[in-house]
Amino acid sequence: MMDILGNIGDGFAIAGTLTNILYAFLGCVLGTVIGVLPGVGPMATIAILMPMTMGSDPTTSLIMLAGVYYGAQYGGSTSAILINMPGEVSSAVTAIEGYQMARRGRAGAALATAAIGSFIAGTLATIAVAVLSPPLASMARSFASPEYFALMVLGLVMAIALANGAPLKALAMIVLGLLIGMIGQEDQTGRMRFTMGFNELADRTALFLPLVIGFFGLAEIYRNLEGPAGREALLRKVSNIWPSREDFRRMVAPILRGTGLGSLLGIIPGNGPVLASFASYSIEKRLSKHKHEFGNGAIEGVAGPEAANNAGAQTSFVPMLTLGIPPSPVMALMMGAMILNGILPGPRVIEENPGLFWGLIASMWIGNIILVILNLPLISLWVKLLTIPYRVLVPAILTFSCIGVYSVSSNAFHVFALAVFGLFGYAFMRLKCEPAPLLLGYVLAQPIENNLIRSLRVSRGDPMVFIERPISAVLLGIALVALIVILLPFIARKREKVFVEDDA
Amino acid sequence: MMKRLFAAVAVAGMVIAAGGAAAQTYPNRPITMVVPFRAGGPTDTIGRTISEAMSRNLGQQVQVQIVDGAGGTLGAQRVAEAAPDGYTILLYHVGMATTPTLYPNLAYDPLTDFAEIGLVTNVAMTLVGRQRLPIATWDQLIQYMTTRLDRVTMAHAGIGSASHLCAMLFSQLTGLDITTVPFVGTAEAMLDLQADFVDFMCDQTTSTVAAIQNGQVNGYVVTSPVRLEQIAEVPTFQEVGLDGFELNVWHGLWAPAGTPPEVIARLNEALRAALTDPQVLRTFALFATFPVPLEDQTPEALHAKVASEIEHWRPMIEAAGEFVR
Repeated sequence: MMDILGNIGDGFAIAGTLTNILYAFLGCVLGTVIGVLPGVGPMATIAILMPMTMGSDPTTSLIMLAGVYYGAQYGGSTSAILINMPGEVSSAVTAIEGYQMARRGRAGAALATAAIGSFIAGTLATIAVAVLSPPLASMARSFASPEYFALMVLGLVMAIALANGAPLKALAMIVLGLLIGMIGQEDQTGRMRFTMGFNELADRTALFLPLVIGFFGLAEIYRNLEGPAGREALLRKVSNIWPSREDFRRMVAPILRGTGLGSLLGIIPGNGPVLASFASYSIEKRLSKHKHEFGNGAIEGVAGPEAANNAGAQTSFVPMLTLGIPPSPVMALMMGAMILNGILPGPRVIEENPGLFWGLIASMWIGNIILVILNLPLISLWVKLLTIPYRVLVPAILTFSCIGVYSVSSNAFHVFALAVFGLFGYAFMRLKCEPAPLLLGYVLAQPIENNLIRSLRVSRGDPMVFIERPISAVLLGIALVALIVILLPFIARKREKVFVEDDA
Repeated sequence: MMKRLFAAVAVAGMVIAAGGAAAQTYPNRPITMVVPFRAGGPTDTIGRTISEAMSRNLGQQVQVQIVDGAGGTLGAQRVAEAAPDGYTILLYHVGMATTPTLYPNLAYDPLTDFAEIGLVTNVAMTLVGRQRLPIATWDQLIQYMTTRLDRVTMAHAGIGSASHLCAMLFSQLTGLDITTVPFVGTAEAMLDLQADFVDFMCDQTTSTVAAIQNGQVNGYVVTSPVRLEQIAEVPTFQEVGLDGFELNVWHGLWAPAGTPPEVIARLNEALRAALTDPQVLRTFALFATFPVPLEDQTPEALHAKVASEIEHWRPMIEAAGEFVR
């Protein structure tokens, strides 16, 4: 325990330097500014802003990126509450009660509740991350290639679970991600694969930024263009931000429950934060003494899910940092950013980059404070942002994305790649194929391939190596069960459909 | 604010006016030091150690940038193709001389596409084994490998890495055809070694000394002619009777060919300053490595080193038959 306190202390010394606080602040502000824009969710925000965080010291880069992440989430809740346009699934839950509160003239209280809930959850979850990570990392020290392979298979299977659409589509997107991840130089022999003579493709992570910004940033912007030009917004005026004493009394328990739920689910692969906010909402609905208010702006329905979402967002760093397994799409983004910064996420990060690890953890908490300070007084400013017309916004974001990609690689090739991925991303979106599983597949392609080949090389080609080793056998077993559970309803439905058609 | 804006405009004007005289003000912006191997590996360690001291001497940040892959050749290629203005330099090692043979389709020529800055340091290698191996002596080691030749594995950090070179040399000298398992960088390989999954690895002291001292791995032999003070219990290759198992991973600094001589001279000065910096020497000592002798800290010495080392390694690599097409 003293160790952890000491480590957190060191972390604060690093995160607390003027430069790092400045970058955390900058990240939070930019994240909120872009995240508050209607229809631009956290993934799009992080994707668009990612190039801005590159180029400085890795610790500083990641601190800024984490700031962008938290900022984007706060921003997302703001647009969800004020104009019922949630940027992502988890804020969709917030929008249910938050927007109703806003319609009843309690927008200020709803925004403050979201901010306070997130802050408390963020603080507690930061502690959870600090306590959980070192033991998990040291446990992973006994992991070798077969265990990592099994762990990544499990991560990919869980990625199917997190997709909202058809499991088969998610599976297809994972495979496509893995295939795109095959492009480049193969690690075992150094041969080029599918590069078609482009040297720019030699690096296996070369397509990461264009892919992320294209699929998550541009595609989302294009889709928003489909919508009606005008937006009905509750932009009258947001006054009376401070919640009443009664509000405070009602939000405490939901926040604490949400934090617990979020912290737990965040660690499990399969987009815990989203799952957590849904779970928290239904629990609060069941437990509330004010059941009749649900659907009409119940404060518990904002406090709980927001806390759950934020806690989950925080603890989902744990498997990414300690095992190198991203449990959610956002963490796949973070993992990609770490690799681009020259840091390989995994059990050695804590030991080899203690400054980065503990600095990042401390900055999570600092970022949460910054956001509370930033958001509550500045809400009227964010509200103004919501009124920016799309015809101004879209070209600005497009230009910004192109500059971002170019600034990191100094190579026009990547800008063209961005354009191509943007179009593909839009097409996939129309086809209801979610890009998140694809991203996980892409990020894990290289490590999963290497771990598979290495395992088989040591076992002289015998696949039993994955079953003979207990940990990898258990992990693969869980993956298999999960796959069956995920696909069962799908298969059942398919059969029903077949029977129905037979009857007709 | 206005003052600063004015200053910026003034500086910009001066830079434009100075034009060709830009070299005199070199360096006036941060310098990128490309390290062509995984972060946290031995070369990265050396890079971060000297870049800091060079920054102090140059008055500009020397920032390490990882461009890994293909035994370091991707990073080297990046620098070979970079603008020859002294703002992109390369830290690379003996791989500069082995990759021309390992990778017949190399996109650059190590001798003509670079302007050498100087040799940096010599690092010895160590053959290490996983902790639980029941091996105490050299004879037991050879016996263990011989009797389990169908199961024994040796990790390395990818084709073209120093650890790969060492594995090839070891196989050739002992006549034992041990299965090699390629990893991406030493750090990954060390994980599997510590998890008891692979048996052996031959890596630079930069990444093995601490692990040997902590007892996380066993050290069997060093590739230097004298024992290393930090791991004094590990015998030399001569002591165990493995003649020819001498492997010195020399590191050098390069700029793209065509970099102005005065810029090279300035970078060489910074390198020399770094190699006498007490902090650098302390860090080097931790990893049992030492700066090269003064006479080797020159561009000429590095050029001669590459030329002779290419020929030194060519027959060994050709005999091993491991090429990348």
